[in-house]
Amino acid sequence: MNSIKDRAELIAAAAKKMGKEVFKDNLVKISTPRHELQKEAGKVVTLEEAIMKSGLKDGMTISFHHHFRGGDKVINMVVAKLAEMGFKNLHLASSSLIDVHKPLIDQIKNGVITKISTSGLRGELATAISHGLMEEPVVFRSHGSRGYAIAKGELHIDVAFLGASSSDPLGNAAGFSTSENAKSICGSLGYALPDAKYADCTIILTDDLVDYPNQLNAISEADVDYVVVVDSVGDSSKIASGAIRDTKNPRDILLAKKASKVIINSGYFEDGFSLQTGSGGASLAVTKYLRQAMIDKGIKARFALGGITSHMVKLHQEGLIDRLIDVQSFDKVAAESLLNDPMHKSVAANEYAAMLEPGSATHFLDVVILSALEVDVNFNVNVLVGSDGIIRGAIGGPPDTAADSALSVIVCPLLRGRIPCVVDEVTTLITPGSTVDVVVTEFGIAVNPNRPKLKERLEAAGIETVEITALRDRAKSIIGEAAPLPFGDKVVGIVMNRDGSVMDVIKNIAD
Amino acid sequence: MELKNAMAGTLESGDILIQIAPSDVDGLHIELDSTVAYQFGEQIKKVIINTLLELGITQANVKATDKGALDCTIKARVTAAAVRSTGVDVWA
Repeated sequence: MNSIKDRAELIAAAAKKMGKEVFKDNLVKISTPRHELQKEAGKVVTLEEAIMKSGLKDGMTISFHHHFRGGDKVINMVVAKLAEMGFKNLHLASSSLIDVHKPLIDQIKNGVITKISTSGLRGELATAISHGLMEEPVVFRSHGSRGYAIAKGELHIDVAFLGASSSDPLGNAAGFSTSENAKSICGSLGYALPDAKYADCTIILTDDLVDYPNQLNAISEADVDYVVVVDSVGDSSKIASGAIRDTKNPRDILLAKKASKVIINSGYFEDGFSLQTGSGGASLAVTKYLRQAMIDKGIKARFALGGITSHMVKLHQEGLIDRLIDVQSFDKVAAESLLNDPMHKSVAANEYAAMLEPGSATHFLDVVILSALEVDVNFNVNVLVGSDGIIRGAIGGPPDTAADSALSVIVCPLLRGRIPCVVDEVTTLITPGSTVDVVVTEFGIAVNPNRPKLKERLEAAGIETVEITALRDRAKSIIGEAAPLPFGDKVVGIVMNRDGSVMDVIKNIAD
Repeated sequence: MELKNAMAGTLESGDILIQIAPSDVDGLHIELDSTVAYQFGEQIKKVIINTLLELGITQANVKATDKGALDCTIKARVTAAAVRSTGVDVWA
């Protein structure tokens, strides 16, 4: 005899040995039609309910992404709600902060936010912090470092508030929407993916709640605790603004042309190469000038990485770039391509550019073109603090991509107005000179002395190079000697290196 | 020298807007608002004062709104504003 009744003792014994209960059939079928049932999914709540249920307490860490850049509406909305609910001493860990986040000044003054971790700060918020608004210094990390710090628990996130252009009631969320009610689009959610995965509680805010299943989702329901429907998560028309605008400036175009000449003759411009362009008019414009050379020489790129632009998408659609790896969509065309093209994929920040993650895409990058606020005679680069000592930028990906790529090219004008861009020593160290290979200015191209063969190749191709000190001298001869900045004694910012060490600090500017 | 209200320049990046007005008190009074005031404020004031003195203007209120202009630009804008203010052509 071997019926289930006969096996009851053996089942009980097996359960006991495994420390488990014996199954009891008290299951009840739910008969509600499933399109009704998903609407009752318990994850869909108001913002206030989500915050209450999240377990958020004073002193904890909240996180956000900045994929909507200047159009972001999530950070100000959520922090205002947290202030209204009486939270204090929160640590705000955003992938970056931009001009639009200036209402945070008041939230810092009233004690709601007392600590910030970010890649960048711009606008009035940055100016206020540079003047000593906060007691705790702001901790700055590159995009790759932030992702890695989150994944390894060094930057522990208690509650992530992540804006998404679509989500179903279970939290399958994306940076675009295929529904007819789509209100916004930001494309890749690359900077938000570590937050979604590793935060103790993940709250999706969306302006388009769609029926289950929301396919092509970047964030999985398995990582989402609550879904909040809001009027708007962001204004997509403001993504391609500021640092990622399309340039018509003739000097930027000249720099882009010179930089593409360097790349073409660098020895790395070969079939199957890989490419990244950072933010800033000149570096984004390089793509346009590489395109013709790729067609002429029959060269195709294996992939383009990073902030993906409409120019990159165009080259991909023309068959010049095989794949697009997108941590951040720099414009609407890129965001739409991510939605429609299977060879255009998003990547999480920690898989994009983390130093200690062997699979990081940046490890397999040949050429990166980056802009800079300042470069010094030792090739160190600053992209965060202005020459007036005021924070006005973002670390972003430069330290990651410069270090990991085979060739890093910095494009910057010799002067911006009266501000010199080639200086004795950068105001703040962001990208170490040991990882910077070529500096392209409108007054000359300097090659890092630790890349002698690269210099030989460029000169053999008829590209004139100069000593970087000559560029500094040229700048000085035009603008004169700058008076020292009135730095105070307070540390307002800490710059982390990508290996987790502390690389530099930013002092306050005295009034 | 008799002065009228006059100005020259723009608020474009790399330029400077110079506004000259008559003054009741002796000397040149420069009110400078500059994006590079920390590093170059003194140098900019010096260029403005020297340019005016060279043109024989010793008593005036000058408002300068600077967007990172180079010395040559500052000199040109001050000269143009001075010519408009005094009606005395220095280029003829």
